[in-house]
Amino acid sequence: MTSITGSEAAHTVKDLAEAYDVIVIGAGPAGLSAATAVSSLGARTLLVDENQTPGGQIYRSILLAQTADHQRLGKDYWKGREIAETFLRSGSQYAPATTAWSIGPANDDGGQLIGYDVGVSAEGAARLIRARQVVLATGALERPFPIPGWTLPGVMTVGAAQIALKTSGLIPEGRVVIAGTGPLLYLLATQLIEAGATVAAVLDTTPRSNWLKALRHLPTFLTSPYIVKGLRLLRTVLRRTKVVRWVSALSAEGTGELNEVVWMAGGQEHRMPADLLLLHQGVVPNVNFSNAAGSKHVWDEAQLAFRSQVDEWYETSVPGIAIAGDGAGIRGAEAADLQGKLAGLGCASRLGLIGGEDREQRASSLKVQLTKVTRGREFLDALYQPCKAFRVPQNPETIVCRCEETSAAQIRASVSAGAIGPNQMKVFLRSGMGPCQGRLCGLTVTELIADERGVSPDTVGYYRLRFPIKPLRLRELASLPQSDAAKIAVLADLADTHRSKTN
Amino acid sequence: MFRRAPDRIRDQVTFTFDEIPITASGGDTVAAALLAAGIRVCRTTPASGAPRGPYCMMGVCFECLVRIDGTGNRQGCLVPVQEGMKVETQKGSHVLSAEPAP
Repeated sequence: MTSITGSEAAHTVKDLAEAYDVIVIGAGPAGLSAATAVSSLGARTLLVDENQTPGGQIYRSILLAQTADHQRLGKDYWKGREIAETFLRSGSQYAPATTAWSIGPANDDGGQLIGYDVGVSAEGAARLIRARQVVLATGALERPFPIPGWTLPGVMTVGAAQIALKTSGLIPEGRVVIAGTGPLLYLLATQLIEAGATVAAVLDTTPRSNWLKALRHLPTFLTSPYIVKGLRLLRTVLRRTKVVRWVSALSAEGTGELNEVVWMAGGQEHRMPADLLLLHQGVVPNVNFSNAAGSKHVWDEAQLAFRSQVDEWYETSVPGIAIAGDGAGIRGAEAADLQGKLAGLGCASRLGLIGGEDREQRASSLKVQLTKVTRGREFLDALYQPCKAFRVPQNPETIVCRCEETSAAQIRASVSAGAIGPNQMKVFLRSGMGPCQGRLCGLTVTELIADERGVSPDTVGYYRLRFPIKPLRLRELASLPQSDAAKIAVLADLADTHRSKTN
Repeated sequence: MFRRAPDRIRDQVTFTFDEIPITASGGDTVAAALLAAGIRVCRTTPASGAPRGPYCMMGVCFECLVRIDGTGNRQGCLVPVQEGMKVETQKGSHVLSAEPAP
């Protein structure tokens, strides 16, 4: 196992130390490179990740991949191998299959901030681990795609199919329909076709008007590495499957399971029987951790999502907590790797391991590369901005919150009943309070309320998320050491209750 | 709905889903193994009882919640399948039950 998880891999939370200089959360390119960078400068580093092996989602299972996977998934995927291997050699400790679920400030006796306690859990046991600096590398998740029938079994995301392909070599079979917009749509279609899948149709929801908006970014895009890749993907897909453009409405139908995909294009309704519908309309920062940590978030009008505000070293508004990679705004895997390195340098500098000048020197070539690899992103952001009809459900019956099964109409009605934002709406409908904690409805809810109120999403804001950001078993929570302050609080509360009963 | 690339068939692991034996490949997560076996539905919702199946495969949607070896609310896409594992459909809300102390 040494080759896959490294000799420093922890198998249970008991194997972890009490404290580290740096805890990095997430083993995608940003997290791996942040941990490598900061540990090579002498910081005692722990990287915590939910998956079994390093790579995050973009390089998922990269160290298990064989030559055939290289063929199927392409050379961009293969780039993750070196990042993961370098990390395993870095001396950083690695806790795979471990969920991080909280961060709380740790203060000394004088009330001075000395670091953070990070809640981690593996194999049903939880612990709080101290770190002086924390790097969140929690990446992105696919933007919600609320269409009628998206909860039917047989409807999955494009990312899900890609993960099944990367982790288990699973190739969709039967009648496969891919629908939505964004570069990943065509990448996955190509990968599936190369793997031998028959894709019945690609339904492209990119609106015509986006081409006009993207046009001004075209000259830069033409000189970026994306153009060659993009054209190759388009060529493969156009040659090997049916592509339907300008799809303006979409739904999944079936009783208990997906049977049929229905769409509107050119003013006409079309139907196609389907066994699997794969949806995708871009990725957005996964803000659950940074939001709960109290970092200041801003609405990104180009990417139509909230992202954490960061400085040039990716430190958030919360001192000592950085966020690198797509979690701080979507820039892609190569940028995430570079941002991770820069965030690592930032941590090393704050820990006093390197001086300011040394940091600048080490960072200068990384910053040049970062500019290079993000060249052309504005074009992609503009071209693949999902249109409003697919972000704000047009059909009022569409389920918005998959956990609590609340519809677009119910969310709108909550605004008339007085909810001015997602946090007031929760009180009426519980949306965002199910197990996914708003990950699959948050942006839709914000945009629906903004639309209903006629204000900007920025004004409406997002859910106020709270720890634990992943469900924990009560036993795990109960087994954690209690601070004196916590014990006193409980006793005081009991005393109050007692008093009110006796009075 | 899914088939496995022949080059990715690894050592076989047998587990049960609602008492039906299923053969998976070593390294599969529970959710991937269910998809590979053609199983699309793995739970019903607490709110309406509607059937659901794996959706995101990356631990964020909580649609693949199943009971594993008697413990409910496990994310099938994050748990690697193991020999002899007993996986069951999670029906509606997870029912709390007393567990022996570890």
